[in-house]
Amino acid sequence: MQEKVKNGAGAEFKWVGTRAVRPDGVDKVTGRARFGADLAMQGQLVGRVLRSPHPHARIRSIDVSAAAKLPGVKAIVTRDDFKDQPSEFIPAGEMMINYRDVVRSVMAREKALYEGHPVAAVAATSVGIAKEALKLIKVDYQVLPHVIDVVEAMQSGAPLLHEDMITAGVEPAPKAPSNVAKRIEFGHGDIAAGFAQADVVVERSFTTKPVHQGYIEPHACVASVSEDGQAELWVTTQGHWIVRAHCARLLGWDVGKIRVTASEIGGGFGGKTVVYLEPIALALSKKARRPVKMVMTREEVFRASGPTSGAHVRIRIGVRKDGRIVAAEGELKYQAGAFAGSPVQPGAMCAFAPYDIENVKVVGYDVVTNRPKVAAYRAPGGPISEFAVESVVDEIAKKIGLDPIELRLKNAARQGTKAAYGPKFGPVGLVETLEAAKAHAHWRTPLGKNQGRGVASGFWFNIGGETSVSLQLNEDGTLSLTAGTPDIGGSRAALCMMAAEELGVELDKVRVVIGDTGQLGYNFLTGGSRATFSSGMATVEAAREVIKEACKRAAKLWELPEDAVEYKDGGVRPAGPNAGKHSPMTLRDIAGIAGKTGGPIAGYARINAHGAAPSFATHVADVEVDPETGKVAVVRYTAIQDAGRAIHPSYVEGQYQGGVAQGIGWALNEEYIYGDDGKLQNPGFLDYRVPVASDLPMIDTVIVEVPNPRHPYGVRGVGETPIVPPMAAIANALADATGVRFTDLPMSPPKVLKALDEARTRGAAKI
Amino acid sequence: MAKHHIEATVNGDPVEFLCETEDTLLDVLRDQLGLTGTKEGCATGDCGACSVTVDGRLVCSCLMLGVEARGKSIGTIEGVARGEELHPLQRKFLDHAALQCGVCTPGFLVAAKALLERSPDPTETEVRYWLAGNLCRCTGYDKIVRAVLDAAAEMRGA
Amino acid sequence: MRYEAPSSLDQAVALLAAEPGEARVLAGGTDLLVQMRTDLIEPALLVDIKGIPELREIKEERGGFRIGAAVTGAELKEHPKLKSVWPGVVEAANLIGSTQIQGRASMGGNLCNGSPAADSVPALIAAGAKASIVGPRGRRREVPVEDVMLAPRKLSLAKGEIVASFLLPAKPARTGDAYLRFIPRTEMDIAVVGCGICLTLDAKGTCTAARVSLGAVAPRPLLVADAAKALIGSKVDDAALQKLDAAARAACQPIDDKRGTKEYRIKVAGVLARRAAQIALERARKG
Repeated sequence: MQEKVKNGAGAEFKWVGTRAVRPDGVDKVTGRARFGADLAMQGQLVGRVLRSPHPHARIRSIDVSAAAKLPGVKAIVTRDDFKDQPSEFIPAGEMMINYRDVVRSVMAREKALYEGHPVAAVAATSVGIAKEALKLIKVDYQVLPHVIDVVEAMQSGAPLLHEDMITAGVEPAPKAPSNVAKRIEFGHGDIAAGFAQADVVVERSFTTKPVHQGYIEPHACVASVSEDGQAELWVTTQGHWIVRAHCARLLGWDVGKIRVTASEIGGGFGGKTVVYLEPIALALSKKARRPVKMVMTREEVFRASGPTSGAHVRIRIGVRKDGRIVAAEGELKYQAGAFAGSPVQPGAMCAFAPYDIENVKVVGYDVVTNRPKVAAYRAPGGPISEFAVESVVDEIAKKIGLDPIELRLKNAARQGTKAAYGPKFGPVGLVETLEAAKAHAHWRTPLGKNQGRGVASGFWFNIGGETSVSLQLNEDGTLSLTAGTPDIGGSRAALCMMAAEELGVELDKVRVVIGDTGQLGYNFLTGGSRATFSSGMATVEAAREVIKEACKRAAKLWELPEDAVEYKDGGVRPAGPNAGKHSPMTLRDIAGIAGKTGGPIAGYARINAHGAAPSFATHVADVEVDPETGKVAVVRYTAIQDAGRAIHPSYVEGQYQGGVAQGIGWALNEEYIYGDDGKLQNPGFLDYRVPVASDLPMIDTVIVEVPNPRHPYGVRGVGETPIVPPMAAIANALADATGVRFTDLPMSPPKVLKALDEARTRGAAKI
Repeated sequence: MAKHHIEATVNGDPVEFLCETEDTLLDVLRDQLGLTGTKEGCATGDCGACSVTVDGRLVCSCLMLGVEARGKSIGTIEGVARGEELHPLQRKFLDHAALQCGVCTPGFLVAAKALLERSPDPTETEVRYWLAGNLCRCTGYDKIVRAVLDAAAEMRGA
Repeated sequence: MRYEAPSSLDQAVALLAAEPGEARVLAGGTDLLVQMRTDLIEPALLVDIKGIPELREIKEERGGFRIGAAVTGAELKEHPKLKSVWPGVVEAANLIGSTQIQGRASMGGNLCNGSPAADSVPALIAAGAKASIVGPRGRRREVPVEDVMLAPRKLSLAKGEIVASFLLPAKPARTGDAYLRFIPRTEMDIAVVGCGICLTLDAKGTCTAARVSLGAVAPRPLLVADAAKALIGSKVDDAALQKLDAAARAACQPIDDKRGTKEYRIKVAGVLARRAAQIALERARKG
């Protein structure tokens, strides 16, 4: 069941808030839509990557001579084809990366730092020849001891990944290098004083494993570089301007020489915000002077593209008997993989965000390990820290005998609350989601045998960023909208609707495409839940520019001052005292006079979208446990989240449901399984267990609307918050069903059964 | 070694292609016949994005060799619509927003069509278990299941 | 890599026997193609047996059923009689993979792939099925299914021998079979533990015969005589089920791997044995 709770303007719109069919939909249900691997260029070669079989090794030499002689091999690249990069941090989604690390991540230099690390690549006339060529490349490895556990990596004496890594954020700076890239700290108040006021204190440690975004479409691109250095790249990506920037930088080419087209993208969730194959494909194409197509196998996706961190989290919360939280403290240790840059910072920012706490301190460590470099995964870092915090909050509620929703209401962040990471919240909808949870039928439905119910809240801050769109008024009055944020979830529909709403035209008169990097100004990537927000804001601005221009042209024709003309119901007419003096002109009419009144009419918005507002959620989960096997089934789930304003409710619901499914997988069965040899044992969908259709119930949603005052339609980004509450909601439901608190993810059957059996010996199990 | 010369039918049309022994039907459909609607998600039969029908039977085309298609009648996503008219499943997927990124959608549509041809009035549980071999990472399956049940109802004239 | 599609069993056998390199039988291909794709194997020759009529048919024989080794799980399910006579076997074959996999996968392939976790094998063993193995010079031998697999990826077949069909015996009155497996999700996983049970009752409801088979808990699927003894002579009551549980657990020689730990497999083997026995009991009472 899908519901909506309005809180705010509740204005009536023609398109916004309706469930129109998305403009790119027909191509996607007929197989016509082209994804990364669906393009083929004449004369293209196949590119394949040689990857390190060792989790940690010095690369003494690479001999490609035998491979180069193989007939059909047209180009080979290694570290020698990529210039070294000085250290420089740049944003990648909500995370920061360093070009010195990026060039090494794309192609190993001094060392192979994880099993699967690219060491060389070939372009050949067939897959068979490419694979044969890889076998002929001789790499001399000096195998080194490896470390894959975050706590072990932090210990002195652990194998060192980077000889020059001195922990940042520590005063005085350490003298010796370590695997700790950074220490961060957030907070305010005095936690010692705060804990001293507490009647009840709960402290718990939690561990989580790396999990992969799990997009169904592997990384893929086709690169074509001509003799004069002009390059074309077709790629499945969340941000083609980012891809362009990274490739230009790594290859030493002018940004303007590379034209990147974003294909349809078959899932990203943050994992397609960085480059893997693209600089390699371009380098190969330049050498071979032919297009090069590169597609990762599923095994490569798992072995060599960034999952999110596994972590070790300790949380301590103190409350008074009346339920008021007086102090909260967290210590987060996140593993970044082979290079610095785990999402420990956003994880630390979000940990306590749903609460108004006077005394709070969060410390985080970014730790490198011999695993693939982590990439963003939907609310990066947030699900991990909030899993821990929401579990402890639940335990506290039980200890003081307070309903878990009441406890959250007593401490809920509201407008004016100062977040642990600094800013004061504007209007936010956490309380509304908690109230909606309390009022929902789910909360009141009796549970069955071996069942339990859990509730958890969640938060993501969302971002804005640089955005460009172009809106053209065509000769016949139709509109062509070109946006630059790849559509990963249906955002084209929302943009179309906002444009049609502003212009007062029929929805099918607006055609929206995602432009390539040659067609628009800079666009930051699709991530941070920013596409509908930022491209929407830019679309509205561009539409208003078209309207302004249309009025100007009509005014010119009617010989009236510009402010004597108004735009209404999809057309221009004289206003005020001049009303009725001329017949209204439709956009089509205006388009007809464009040439003689000054030229083509368009709106170009180039903004840095500010005013992105957070989205809070509260989820309720029911689980059923098989007491003899520890298998957990999710039998009912309700996701309640503040969307600000849902432009297209079906796609907002879709974001809620998709994030929930990923969170359930993270909670119950997904994990990277490594052997002691540092090699990944489950690089496939058989043993990396994402939820299948029969694993899940219907996922009920409630859209709460507390409009964001800084967006023309009140939009808040919604894509990331949904993945934040599920792990705690499930863990809390399990605790309710079994009496056992689970602190180690995933809560897979062997672990659940073992914990149940232990609790049973102590008489502490409910089932 | 000379390639195999294979004649088969795809979406009702006769086709002819050459392939190596190790080329899968998926490789042939995408690279030889230009039918890129069928997708490769894993190449090991775990994700269902490559779903096609062979003589009416739902299979993973990544687990079948091109050479095994000799004389067979293959059905892909490109053959689901009837001319300009979308199949009820396709329309319902759009109406229910049962797709987000859309890469798994062709596999789901081919699989769901095979289900409804065998079982015109499936329960929600039957739909979920039939489609368990089709992974979706975007939707959480909720709207997909609703779309299939709604299409089934329309096709039954209910 | 060569590909041959013989139309007779003799031709298939001759091709396999004559091949100096590695030759593989291709039925559904759902394991073979994965192994080829991940470069685990590089056969010189594939012998496609789907064109051989005997291997694709289900026939009633001597009161039982002869099932061609290349019959798919989906075809087993669609057979008008088989599911009601041997529901455990049919359900087991239809737990393999997904609907798409069941459209191609065969019990012959499931057995000859040599995985201890194969789903259809414990059900076949419990039912007392025999594999009909054809070799060079027309030699044919009937082998109990439990004797075909020796160890992971090791079969008791000589070069050139093919499993041509399975014979399910005539089912005595008041006999029921069942197969259960444990997996962490609801579908799509390899069995962590599998258990097939077939039991026969007399007119008073006492168990007079039983076969219990466990999968994924040893280097090959097991036929557990002690577990059967726990049921025979009993009314399959709680006491007997507890003995069955213990006997099943005692028979396990499992490993720790990415799909389950030793202790977990042992525990769950006992749980599944009890649950499968209860389903088999219900079915035996009805028929």
